Amino acid sequence: MSYLHNFMFGIYPYVALSVFLLGSLVRFDREQYTWKSDSSQLLRTKQLRLGSNLFHIGILFLFFGHMMGLLTPHWLYESFGLSTPNKQMLAIISGGTAGLLCFAGVAILLHRRLTDPRIRATSKPMDIFIMLWILATLLLGLISILFSLQHSEGGVMLALGAWAQHIVTLRGGAAEYILDVPTIYKIHLFFGMTLFVLFPFSRLVHVWSGFASVGYMTRAWQLVRPRG
Amino acid sequence: MKVRAQIAMVLNLDKCIGCHTCSITCKNVWTAREGVEYTWFNNVESKPGIGYPKQWENQDVWNGGWKLKGDGKLEPRQGSKLKILANIFGNPNLPEIDDYYEPFTYDYQHLQKAPLSETPPTARPISAITGRTMDKIHWGPNWEDDLGGEFASRSRDKNFDNVQKEMHSTFENTFLMYLPRLCEHCLNPTCVASCPSGSIYKREEDGIVLVDQDKCRGWRMCISGCPYKKIYYNWKSGKAEKCIFCYPRIEAGQPTVCSESCVGRIRYLGVILYDADRIEEAASVTDPKELYEAQLKIFLDPSDPEVIAAARAEGIPEAWLDAAVKSPVYKMAIDWKIAFPLHPEYRTLPMVWYVPPLSPIQAAAESGQMGMNGIIPDTKSLRIPITYLANLLTGGKEKPVITALDRLLAMRAYMRGKSVDGVPNTAALDQVGLTSAQADEMYRYLAIANYEDRFVIPSTHREETINTFEEKSSCGFTFGNGCSDGVTPKTSLFGNRRNAVPVDLSQLHAKKKTS
Repeated sequence: MSYLHNFMFGIYPYVALSVFLLGSLVRFDREQYTWKSDSSQLLRTKQLRLGSNLFHIGILFLFFGHMMGLLTPHWLYESFGLSTPNKQMLAIISGGTAGLLCFAGVAILLHRRLTDPRIRATSKPMDIFIMLWILATLLLGLISILFSLQHSEGGVMLALGAWAQHIVTLRGGAAEYILDVPTIYKIHLFFGMTLFVLFPFSRLVHVWSGFASVGYMTRAWQLVRPRG
Repeated sequence: MKVRAQIAMVLNLDKCIGCHTCSITCKNVWTAREGVEYTWFNNVESKPGIGYPKQWENQDVWNGGWKLKGDGKLEPRQGSKLKILANIFGNPNLPEIDDYYEPFTYDYQHLQKAPLSETPPTARPISAITGRTMDKIHWGPNWEDDLGGEFASRSRDKNFDNVQKEMHSTFENTFLMYLPRLCEHCLNPTCVASCPSGSIYKREEDGIVLVDQDKCRGWRMCISGCPYKKIYYNWKSGKAEKCIFCYPRIEAGQPTVCSESCVGRIRYLGVILYDADRIEEAASVTDPKELYEAQLKIFLDPSDPEVIAAARAEGIPEAWLDAAVKSPVYKMAIDWKIAFPLHPEYRTLPMVWYVPPLSPIQAAAESGQMGMNGIIPDTKSLRIPITYLANLLTGGKEKPVITALDRLLAMRAYMRGKSVDGVPNTAALDQVGLTSAQADEMYRYLAIANYEDRFVIPSTHREETINTFEEKSSCGFTFGNGCSDGVTPKTSLFGNRRNAVPVDLSQLHAKKKTS
């Protein structure tokens, strides 16, 4: 196992998670004014509703799909009678569909951001960069489906799952599990992990608030702040 | 009974000359910043007209305000909480900036720097968003000022509902009014109800509705929720901003900038006590025509010992109770019933009220176009203005508007008798149910409009709730991220900080886009 491999898949995940969590915390604590969705809908509605909805629905499905797919222990879905090859096929079909939705969305949004004079003029460099990064991660993921189709028994999926589960449960030797998976998966992993590194420094922080806004459902309509 | 106090406003439209001084002073103080060039916390619209943003009154288009569900419960017209959350990725009811207008400046430098030429140089418009030259300005903050622009556009005014279409143009020849608008600081605000992050709130002590800039996440549901379109999205900071009722001034007992600078002395500020327990009840009345009176009913009499005792129990300071008795807003809205809420049918229970304009009726009467009802002109014979005003101020109920206009006319007849003939004309007063003492007071408040009568604002006793020692050297009022500890002068780890210094718009075209 090379030093680079061990760093990338044994140590970098922790660097990424630390930056993600601590960075978010520090930004929330000290720079809450900069914490926002940074919507540009006011400046141009055209393209936004379709693009944004496709993108968000797609990427949210992908996020939760990855969480469930990677972190569900092998024995748990076996006990439901879901075999590994079937689980992989389920992942390929659902993830592929969501990936295509997300791709359509991000393509529309990127086109809008780069070609609309108003949106282009008000874009921060990070807004464009983060979108390109998501697009690259997404494309790598979609390409990896072609490789997955070649080994339908699900061994790579199990390896990736074992890696992820070892990482999040703080067990050593996680990187060894994915020593032999094809390079495309490794690049996808790197891009995905780096997204967490970029997270606190970009508009992506609004994702936290998006999840938090579920609390709105149980809130009273009106808010009155007392003196003091 | 849960007594709460609010600083409310009344605008006497009869005296508004449409000079826009309120708008300009407000803009100079609060919105001369990048990202909010297009926003006017206070603006003055010429009526008839579709206003700013375009057709804001047409809720079939914007879905602002509340609706009554089948079970009699209120819900924002833009949807349930679940629907609001589902629309978070793309708000279907959000106006685009072109519905307000694309903010612009002019290339003034060209006038000085242009080389010698046969034709004089022109200053072309430049977009404040893109910094590029604009071919043509299509719309502005007050495009229909003094009935400017095309009639076809103006006649889309929602208040013309129930008025025959062919009467519009005739109507215009006799009737023009100005409508200064600002945030209504409602008792039942839809903006607050629509905010998924809970960043908008109503202050308990004075009823001012504010956006917590740190907590706002830019979900922009408040903008579509507000039926008056008085919350604006700052496209630079990505936060919602709105009229703050000049709360730093109000706390110090001073009138708002728009009120202070009003040359026509049309604005009044005073304390209103109301029963917070009955807000929902008042806003849920089935018939929209009854909403004005339902709101009146939850206002409390500041001279009633029971109300005073309950107010004291709620911790309302004595100065506020004294001010409530002297409140010009209470006199106009409740004693004389000459002030009305703007579009009560939105069910937000607005707290900026209006005295309807008398001038078109007076003008018609003097030119002999209308009959007399005893001594005063017969307001009902001018059917169109009444319907129009009722659509604007009482949800379509005409009687209260007629009564108010009659009272204003009667007060004039009474005073004319008193000062010209030397004999007070009490017959006119009897006809509209006013006493001569009331008419004298109305004259003092409406015609003379002394500063002390117009603005009765008790200062806020922050010292009672805040340990001022702990507040020493803390951040005061500031724009943007100015209070953050983590801020470095130009950039921060988490992206550029926002400018607190107003940007020189004339430099825009030379500006590099960096943020």
